[in-house]
Amino acid sequence: MKILTFFSLFSTFLSANSINVEENAGQFFSSGHTNNWAVLVCTSRFWFNYRHVANTLSVYRSVKRLGIPDSHIVLMLADDMACNHRNPKPATVFSHKNMELNVYGDDVEVDYRGYEVTVENFLRVLTGRLPPSTPRSKRLLSDDRSNILIYLTGHGGNGFLKFQDSEEISNVELADAFEQMWQKRRYNELLFIIDTCQGASMYERFYSPNLMALASSQVGEDSLSHQPDLAIGVHLMDRYTFYLLEFLEDIHPASKANMKDLFKVCPKSQCVSTPGHRTDLFLRDPGSALITDFFGSVRKVEITMETINLTDLIKEAEQKNIHTTANLQFPPLHLSSFLPYLTPYPQKPKQKDWHPPDGFILGLWTLILLVFFKTYGIKHLKHIF
Amino acid sequence: MATSEVERRRGQLAALSIAAVVIMVGVPLWWRTTETYRAWLPVSQINELANMQLQLSADVEVVFARGTVTPEQQKKVPLTQTQDEEHTVDENTALRYRYEIRYRTATIMEEDALDQPTAAEADLSLHTLSESPCGSLVVYVIPESSSLLPEDMDVYIGQRRTALLRIGAQMRVGRTVEQLLAHLEPRIKQVLQVMSFSHTDITAALSDRVRLSPGNKESIADSMRAFKSSPGYEITFSLLNPDPKSHRLHWDIEGAVQTYIQPLLTKLAPVANFSLDSQTLYYAMLGVNPRFDSSSSAYTLNSDSLAHVINPVEARLGSNAASSNPVLNFLLYVPDAHHSPLYIHDNKKQEVPSNAFHSPRWGGIMVYNVNGFYRPEAVLPVDININMAKVMGVFLAQLRLLLGVQSSTAPPGFLMAPCGSTGLADWELDRLMWSRSVENVATATTTITSLAQLLDQIGNIVINDNIAEQVSSAVTSLQLAVAELEAGNLGFALQYSKEAIMASERAFFDPSLLHLLYFPDDQKFAIYIPLFLPMCVPILLSLLKIVSEARQKRREKQAKKD
Repeated sequence: MKILTFFSLFSTFLSANSINVEENAGQFFSSGHTNNWAVLVCTSRFWFNYRHVANTLSVYRSVKRLGIPDSHIVLMLADDMACNHRNPKPATVFSHKNMELNVYGDDVEVDYRGYEVTVENFLRVLTGRLPPSTPRSKRLLSDDRSNILIYLTGHGGNGFLKFQDSEEISNVELADAFEQMWQKRRYNELLFIIDTCQGASMYERFYSPNLMALASSQVGEDSLSHQPDLAIGVHLMDRYTFYLLEFLEDIHPASKANMKDLFKVCPKSQCVSTPGHRTDLFLRDPGSALITDFFGSVRKVEITMETINLTDLIKEAEQKNIHTTANLQFPPLHLSSFLPYLTPYPQKPKQKDWHPPDGFILGLWTLILLVFFKTYGIKHLKHIF
Repeated sequence: MATSEVERRRGQLAALSIAAVVIMVGVPLWWRTTETYRAWLPVSQINELANMQLQLSADVEVVFARGTVTPEQQKKVPLTQTQDEEHTVDENTALRYRYEIRYRTATIMEEDALDQPTAAEADLSLHTLSESPCGSLVVYVIPESSSLLPEDMDVYIGQRRTALLRIGAQMRVGRTVEQLLAHLEPRIKQVLQVMSFSHTDITAALSDRVRLSPGNKESIADSMRAFKSSPGYEITFSLLNPDPKSHRLHWDIEGAVQTYIQPLLTKLAPVANFSLDSQTLYYAMLGVNPRFDSSSSAYTLNSDSLAHVINPVEARLGSNAASSNPVLNFLLYVPDAHHSPLYIHDNKKQEVPSNAFHSPRWGGIMVYNVNGFYRPEAVLPVDININMAKVMGVFLAQLRLLLGVQSSTAPPGFLMAPCGSTGLADWELDRLMWSRSVENVATATTTITSLAQLLDQIGNIVINDNIAEQVSSAVTSLQLAVAELEAGNLGFALQYSKEAIMASERAFFDPSLLHLLYFPDDQKFAIYIPLFLPMCVPILLSLLKIVSEARQKRREKQAKKD
């Protein structure tokens, strides 16, 4: 009996393996994307929001490990944790207690740091309305065949997300931004993950097609943090992202896990809040969308079948090229040529707006008092002074 | 009594004058100072453009060689026919294809040119006679007994814009001109589908505008592979040398680019600008371990693992920070001495002759084995000169695929000439220009209409004059492009469509068009009430008091009368 079951299992395993080769050819056409992008945003600053930075950096590491290169990741962090005065281990950001895993590492490429993480910059990155001087690494250069992963974390509320303790983005603005992306076909499919309190309210207003959204808590619930580290003194990660990370550690670039497994991450028993998801705008069945469709970057490849027969010989390199390189002589550099830049700035900036002269206000008040006493008599003076 | 009357009168006048100032001066002032500047946009023209009716015209010249028409038929020819084909893609988009076919007989010089032994030579001598303008075709009908084409082939497609069509057997006995034309029409249409534009190509170019239901796998793969239309592209050639201790590689990339790639790019100049650079990367490994195949005593990479090769390398490739143009990467990988030779196997475990693969919308990788160039006991590192002709042959083929020069399989009975030294036949360029023009027009129209919609919906966005200017120029260029497509001037149509798309993109992505201020209505009330209510309530109350007093006075007067 046992041998029979063993044999049947073995044969199904063999047949599954042979299907794999055919499936791989079929995979080419099922997802419809050719490149992957990720926009990872941490919207908090200050030391006590350590966990939000650790959240974002762990997702960054997973996404890089699964293949998305830095040129396709837009990372927005306040980046004030690693070199904070209160960090007992400078240049590190840990995600597991007892300092097990340093997610900061030495190849983190932060594209928007510090005060550049604003609602305006975030919306500009999404919609592409950046000033022409913005370098390539700060742009989201996606096209109509790009799958984009957007991860937001921070402090949020019902319908808004707080950015750096000074401004908010509302769910309507976010939905409008995604609609503008859709109008310009800046994405093929978009996965939106948010780990904040009342996170589900942020995806309520989406109305563009091909969006899938996950949130760590429903409206009215708070997302809780996972564990403090007593040496560092703050909570290191949020629960939802912690279990998401554990789930992603099992994913490798050739893995076939799909989105339905992602929805099961962090049930209420582990997360205390109820994670939610929204798939009604997503045109494919979520069971057919692989995790690596969004988190990794599995390239489609085709074998090059034809070549062109080239028979011309390479023309001789121009002689003058050699001469010009020899003639180039760099002029000797003198320090004096730099001196115009070394003059100190004047101490007092030139006032652009006109202000009344300094004594004007004082004189005005003196005049008012004089008129008052002239009209009503000097005897009132004793009541004032 | 009189003084209180005067006081009352004064009070009423004061209240009335304050109310008058508030309404006459205050409210317009508040309105003007809180409104956003919105320059005028040609909305009606944009709505007209949204309903896209494209007409594509192609000129075809059909030349009858000696032996295909009888002398009395020859008198009826020359004639001109116009054929129209209408297609409705969806409720906003309609396409019409117009073919203007001119029939004539061949001149003496053309007859001499067709007398050559092979089709390729005939093609060459026909070119020296005349140059067809962009977008047009010439089809030479040759008799059935002609030896230019091999037995089973009926059509030869040349390197420029000519095709040789062998007339069918049933036309041997003299028929009427109408029957001759009826016989030729479907075959000429087939030639046009290959050499000019076909409905599938044009609808694929409209994919931005119309989300098509997935057709066959071929068309999806084609549309995913080629880059979208862009005003410029960057091409980067990289030489990956993982083992500099063993191999010292020399590649004459400048000369190779000048000789092999530059002619193609110059020919493609009306379509886009190209910028080229090259680099050499040392100690760049592939991300996959190749397996040793003892049967061929070589290392192999099978097709499944190819997908994972690109990512580790891409992180090191770098790109030009200044431009946002799409980048095409061509990598030449020379395997290290311990893993040589390295061959790529397809999913049938056969060796790939080109030893190269490409990734849609990214670029291509070729593996170049150098172990044959030196003996095992040679002193390391060895100097190796890379054969750039072979390498560039592969890269050129990949470049053609990635740019959308469709090398779709030819229909049966068609013989295609190999593309010339530039790597691109003239009719392939025409095909590319047709699909690019349509794509540009469709994209620019969608951009402009969605921009107009967006600005209409969100009343808070400021529309500056430069945006209005860009939009107007985009609309003008679009109208001109559509007109030129109708007239059949392909070159001008492409140029106007490029201008239209650049202007529309500049308008849509202008940094000033950011709607950041979302005010729900209750927040608007919360802001204005504390400002206006304390001011308006006394005015309203005093006005009410005036009205009630006036009414009372009138009642008193009525009572006095009675």
